[in-house]
Amino acid sequence: MSAREAILGKIRKGLAEGPPEADRRRAAAHHIAQPSRHPIPERVAGRDPDALKALFKQHLEGQAATVLEIETMDDVPDVVSSYLRDHNLPQRVRVGADPRLGNAPWQTVPALEVQSGRADPTDEVGVSHAAAGVAETGTLIMTSGADNPVTLNFVPETHIVVVSARDLVGPYEDAFAAVRDTFGAGQMPRTVNMISGPSRTGDIGGRIVMGAHGPRRMCVVIVNDTAPAERLPA
Amino acid sequence: MESTTSSFKSNARVALSDDQLQRALSGLPGGLVAQRARARAALPEFEMLRDVGKDIRDAALENLDAYLEIYEQNATAAGAQIHWARDADEARNAILKICKGVDAKLVTKGKSMLTEEIGLNGYLESQGLEVAETDLGEYIIQIRGETPSHIIAPSIHVTQDQVEADFREKHTHLNEDRVLTEPHQLVDEARKVLREKYIRADVGITGANFLIAETGSSIIVTNEGNGDLTQSLAKVHVVVASIDKVVPTLEDVTSLLRLLARSATGQEFSTYTTFSTGPKRDADPDGPEAYHVILLDNGRSEMLAGEMREVLRCIRCGACMNHCPVYNAVGGHAYGWVYPGPIGSVLTPALIGVKDAGHLPNASTFCGRCEQVCPMKIPLPKLMRHHREAEFDAADTPWQQRMGLKVWASFAKRPRLYHLASRFAIAGLSALSFGRGAFKRLPLAGGWVRDRDFPAPQKRTFQQLWSESKAGLER
Repeated sequence: MSAREAILGKIRKGLAEGPPEADRRRAAAHHIAQPSRHPIPERVAGRDPDALKALFKQHLEGQAATVLEIETMDDVPDVVSSYLRDHNLPQRVRVGADPRLGNAPWQTVPALEVQSGRADPTDEVGVSHAAAGVAETGTLIMTSGADNPVTLNFVPETHIVVVSARDLVGPYEDAFAAVRDTFGAGQMPRTVNMISGPSRTGDIGGRIVMGAHGPRRMCVVIVNDTAPAERLPA
Repeated sequence: MESTTSSFKSNARVALSDDQLQRALSGLPGGLVAQRARARAALPEFEMLRDVGKDIRDAALENLDAYLEIYEQNATAAGAQIHWARDADEARNAILKICKGVDAKLVTKGKSMLTEEIGLNGYLESQGLEVAETDLGEYIIQIRGETPSHIIAPSIHVTQDQVEADFREKHTHLNEDRVLTEPHQLVDEARKVLREKYIRADVGITGANFLIAETGSSIIVTNEGNGDLTQSLAKVHVVVASIDKVVPTLEDVTSLLRLLARSATGQEFSTYTTFSTGPKRDADPDGPEAYHVILLDNGRSEMLAGEMREVLRCIRCGACMNHCPVYNAVGGHAYGWVYPGPIGSVLTPALIGVKDAGHLPNASTFCGRCEQVCPMKIPLPKLMRHHREAEFDAADTPWQQRMGLKVWASFAKRPRLYHLASRFAIAGLSALSFGRGAFKRLPLAGGWVRDRDFPAPQKRTFQQLWSESKAGLER
């Protein structure tokens, strides 16, 4: 008997006092086809976009991230460049192939060197675009793919994340609904990262130290009115 | 992992007189308790969500065979390779085979209690592989040659000074005069040392906090991001998960995640929660080329039938041990196996047997705090009592204790006799105290009075006082 059959057999034996196997299969299939939505926290229930944005910012700042707001995607190169200057960081960034970032007018800030592709161990700054932002706990939803290499989120010491104000949602459930819409029900990209600030550890004497393995610092840029619709990917 | 659980009593005695350990334990578990209380207060729905979480886990376990099959189907469709393993041997062999298949030299690891359970590091090293733990706490205990003493803070028993000494001894390639007095200097040093490992690693192994049937995904939760570098930079990602980790849908897992970080570290949400589904896609510029999941039973399926099924709801937050007076006094190593604290006192006897682990469910004051804080509402004291009964039934307890309990039971079952006897005993002890209020010495109770006084009874039993006051009220 294979290990699979043996284990499933023992599980079935352990469940024998409950409903029969056919009913269990039916119950499981039904639950997955129609996922029940559980209660969501009052703090985000029925809030307007401004309240959600305020909560999103408040949480992220509480988790040691910097949050900046800009008007359009055209302002991205400027805000990136000045953030780097403020933190004495080199004017060199690694950006994925996300068209929303690719179409930003990087040439307007000639001092800023922009490289594309996956993160290299020598990269100091990564810039990515979030799929959504969750106000509930100040959490970014990053989906990996040809456009957004997962290494950008973890390898560079500084992570700058651009998120559209339109993609800010209240509870996690709304963000996953958006992921389901984009990728199809039951489908996921290789990696979905939920990120709530820079990397940290409490493993030495219980004191929190930033930059354990991932980014030491994180800057979240909220774009209040994304560029004209024709620029967005289909 | 080898167990020293059967010597819990001597382990505990050593732990209590270990000054270094007592210093390390003095702050941290207590700090986590306060942080959890703050996080709970900030989310008014917290208590209600515990009920929701319990129901989600119960429903998943009730249909476990069906959800595992759906999980397997969806994970495989996304390109995962699933390996079922009955026990530690099968799991280790499957992992070794994967490593050999890519001619691996270096394996990086994210934090995983399950790999402790199967003694994976020692096994892979005996087969000539280099294994690097990447969670900072795990890295510290790896270089110390120790095992985790807490399920989410594995090096909670190590002081900062000890870490400095360990780093100086281990990192001999670095300048001897470097300053390592601040936590951030130690973290920076570990960061540099481990960066090189991530990049060089052939295989990255992580655990899984959950598996999702709906999407075929595995989930890890960290604050450091080490698990992400482990799984994104290596050519092969291997997930080691026990069969009880499967949760039906994204909605279900989301509700559980609301409880996990708050119960564990008292954060609103951990810094990184990562869903991994299959290997990298064709167009992806990075990510692992292969993705394997080891689905390990190792005794879980046998816990489904009876009362012990409730233990399988556990989401490994560690709140029970942070709140446990016994854990706070002796630390995690005294428990002698992988899982310390109240969850260990219930899980360990269920997995390795009451015969070896019978001391653990006995080392409890039954104060009930563990059940009070458990996000999955596992009735830990009740389950410890279950083990105690099993131990008694199997005659694994010492004869003195059995005899004592039998004598006690013969009185307890006869209320008149019990009241009469206790009246005599109380009056006798009261007279013997000569009005001093407490005993400093007592025959047969030397262990008790060594560290504390035994209050002398005040002449009458509770029952006597009760009937007197009742009589008074009625008058």
